[in-house]
Amino acid sequence: MLELRKDIFADERDDNLKEIGKGTQRQDMLGHVTGTSNYFNDHKLQGMLHLKVVRSTQAHARIRRIDTTEAERSAGVRRIIRGTDVPVNLNTLLSLINFGKDDEPSLAVDKVRYKGEPILAIVADSEREAFEAIAKVKVDYEPLPAVFDVEDALKPGAPVVNETYPKNAFIYHDVYDHQRLRFGDADAALASADHVLEQRYQMSPIEHAPTETNGAIAAPDTNGRYVVYTSTQALFFSVDTCAKILDVPSNTFHFIGGTVGGGFGGKVDTLTEPLAILGAMLTGRPVRYVFGREEEMQYGPPRGAERIYIKDGVMRDGRIVARKIRAYFDSGAYTRLSSYAAVKCAAHLPGPYTIPNVYGDVYCVFTNRTPATAMRGFGVTAMDFAIECQMDKLANLVGMDPMEFRILNAYRDGDMKAHRREAKNTALIECVQVAAEKAKWPIRDEFRRASSRKDGGGSRAAIPPTPTESRARPAAPAQQRTSYDRAPVTATREPPREPPPPPTTPPPPPPRPSAPSHGATRFSSVFGTRRR
Amino acid sequence: MSKIPLQFRHNGRDVAIFVDGGTNLLVALRELIGDMTPKFGCGQGGCGTCSVLIDGELHLSCLTLAETVAGRSIETLDGMKQGPNLHPLQRAFADHFAAQCGYCTPGMLMAAKALLDRNPSPSRDEVIEAISGNICRCTGYEPIINAILAAASGRVSA
Repeated sequence: MLELRKDIFADERDDNLKEIGKGTQRQDMLGHVTGTSNYFNDHKLQGMLHLKVVRSTQAHARIRRIDTTEAERSAGVRRIIRGTDVPVNLNTLLSLINFGKDDEPSLAVDKVRYKGEPILAIVADSEREAFEAIAKVKVDYEPLPAVFDVEDALKPGAPVVNETYPKNAFIYHDVYDHQRLRFGDADAALASADHVLEQRYQMSPIEHAPTETNGAIAAPDTNGRYVVYTSTQALFFSVDTCAKILDVPSNTFHFIGGTVGGGFGGKVDTLTEPLAILGAMLTGRPVRYVFGREEEMQYGPPRGAERIYIKDGVMRDGRIVARKIRAYFDSGAYTRLSSYAAVKCAAHLPGPYTIPNVYGDVYCVFTNRTPATAMRGFGVTAMDFAIECQMDKLANLVGMDPMEFRILNAYRDGDMKAHRREAKNTALIECVQVAAEKAKWPIRDEFRRASSRKDGGGSRAAIPPTPTESRARPAAPAQQRTSYDRAPVTATREPPREPPPPPTTPPPPPPRPSAPSHGATRFSSVFGTRRR
Repeated sequence: MSKIPLQFRHNGRDVAIFVDGGTNLLVALRELIGDMTPKFGCGQGGCGTCSVLIDGELHLSCLTLAETVAGRSIETLDGMKQGPNLHPLQRAFADHFAAQCGYCTPGMLMAAKALLDRNPSPSRDEVIEAISGNICRCTGYEPIINAILAAASGRVSA
C-alpha cells in the first residue's frame, strides 16, 4: 500500500488531495483489455503499399554506386526512393529549437556512417515484394576505417565520422567542443585532500526493445493533406521534423498517434514518418513503413553509451572536498539528442551532493555506432551509476557507513550547486533516512536528526573563487537557421531536385527567453521548467 | 502466385478467405479477416503478443502457416467478451493495472485464458509458467500475475 509522508514539504502543499491514495482507472484500459486500442499498425487502408529500406552492411564506407536495375524490374515495385528524392535530405532533430547543425540524411548519399544506415527505400505492393526487391539492390562500398571507441575518436588522426563535426565532437554554440563545469579550485583541493580516489566507469548502449516496433502509415487525403498514423512518442516533434525534411508547411499533415506500444524513449527520433509520407507523395497511395524486430533491435537507436573518469578528494572526516570528472557520451554517427544528453551529464556530475570544488569536462562524441537517442534520464543515468558506485568506494576508503557518508555530503536547501543554481526543495537526506529505516539499516542519531532544511546556505551558498583558464574565446558565429526561417540550406551534399518554393509567410519567431540564451535555458522552455 | 482457399472458425463464426502460400496466421487474421487484436511484435516467436487459441490450445499465430488451420477453431481477444460484458480475465486485468502500453495484453489474455480453461485454479508458479512465452516491457509482470490469480479465484469486481 502506498505510504504518504505528508510531513515532508507540508508547507508547500494545500493538502487538498482528491485522487492520491485511491485507485483510478486509466482512460485507455478498457481499450487495452478488449484489444480495441488503435495502434498505428491497426489501420488497414485501401490500396496500401509497403516500404522497406536497404541498410548499410558497413560501419563506415563511401558509397561508390547503387545499382537498382534488377530491383526496378522486381515484381510489385512501385517506386524506388533515393536520397536525392528527399527534398531536404539533411536534418538534426534539435534544429527545431535552433540547437546543433543538420548532420543526418534520411537516406545516405555519399557515405554511410554506421551499420544499418538507410540508403534506399523501395515501395512495393506487398511486404514480401518489397523485401524481394530490397535483396536485389547492389551497393558498391569503398570501406573506410571506422572508429567505435569514444576516446579513440577524439585522438588526432582518427577517422572523421561525421563531416559536419570534423573533430568527432559536437560543437556547442559553434564554439565549444565539450561541456565544461568549473566551480572552485579542484586541483588545489585534490592536492590537499587526505585521500584521492580515481576510477573509470562505463555503461554500454541499452536497447529499449518496445513490443511494438517503430512504424508509420501515411495516406494522401482528399484535401491535399496527408494522414499519418504513427508510433511516435513525440507527435509534434515528428510533425515539424517531417515538414522540414519534406519542405512543406506542417499543416500539410494530420498526424494521429497517442497509442504507443511501448516507447521508453526509442520512438522520439522520427525514424519512419518522413519516408512513409514521401512514399505516399510519390505514389499517391497509402504507404506503410514498419520496422521488423531485427531492425528495431539492431538499428533502432539505443540509450547512448558513456565512459566516465572520476577523481575525488575526500577528507578523513568524510567530507568530499573536490571532484574532477572527464566523461564521454557516445552519440553514435549522428547527433539526434545526444548533445542535450551531454548537457545533462555535465549538470549532474556533482550528484545530489555539495562539493566545494568541482571540475568537469563532458564530450558528446561521434563514432561509427548506431546513433543514440532518448531513454529515461539519458545523460544522467550512467553518471549517477558512476557517482553512486564512487560514493560507496569513498565511504569504504574513509571507513564510514555508506548511508551516513551520503547524509554527510548531501546537498541542503540554500547550498550553491556547481552549475550555479541554488539548491531548493532538496530531500536526499530524508530519502536516505527513510531507506535506512525501511532496510532496518542502523544509522547514528546525529544522522537520523539531520535535515535538508538545516545547516544549508551560509558559506555553502557562496560561489568559490574559480581559476580562469586563459584561452581565447572566439566569437560565436550566428546560429544556424531552422527551416522556419527558410534560409538556403547550405550543408546538403546533393543539390535539391528543384529550387525550393518561394518563402511562405514565416510564423513569428519564438519569444526569446529573457535569461541568457544558452542551451540549458532553451531546453527548459521545451521540456518544462524545473520545480521551484 | 496461386491463392489457397481456406475455411476455419473465427471466434465462433465460420470464415472463408484466400491466402497466398506461406502466409502466416497473424497476417491472415489481421489483413484478411480484419481482426486487429493479435499484434505483430517480432514475427519470430519471441514475444507472444500474436498468441491465439487454436482448438483451445495456445499458439503463436506469427509462426503458424495459415493453411494449417483449415477446419479448426481460432479464438482471439476479439471473441473474449461475453456479450456486452467483459470476461472475468479482462475485468481482472483492468482492476489490477495489468496493462500499461497495452501491446502485449492481447497475447497475455489469450495465454491466461488457455491456462484457466484447462486449470481453473492454478498456483502462482503455474501462472508464471503459462505467461512465460509472453514479453511485457512495461508492467514488470507482477500486476499481470496478480490479475490472473484474481480471475482464477473469482476475486473480480462485477
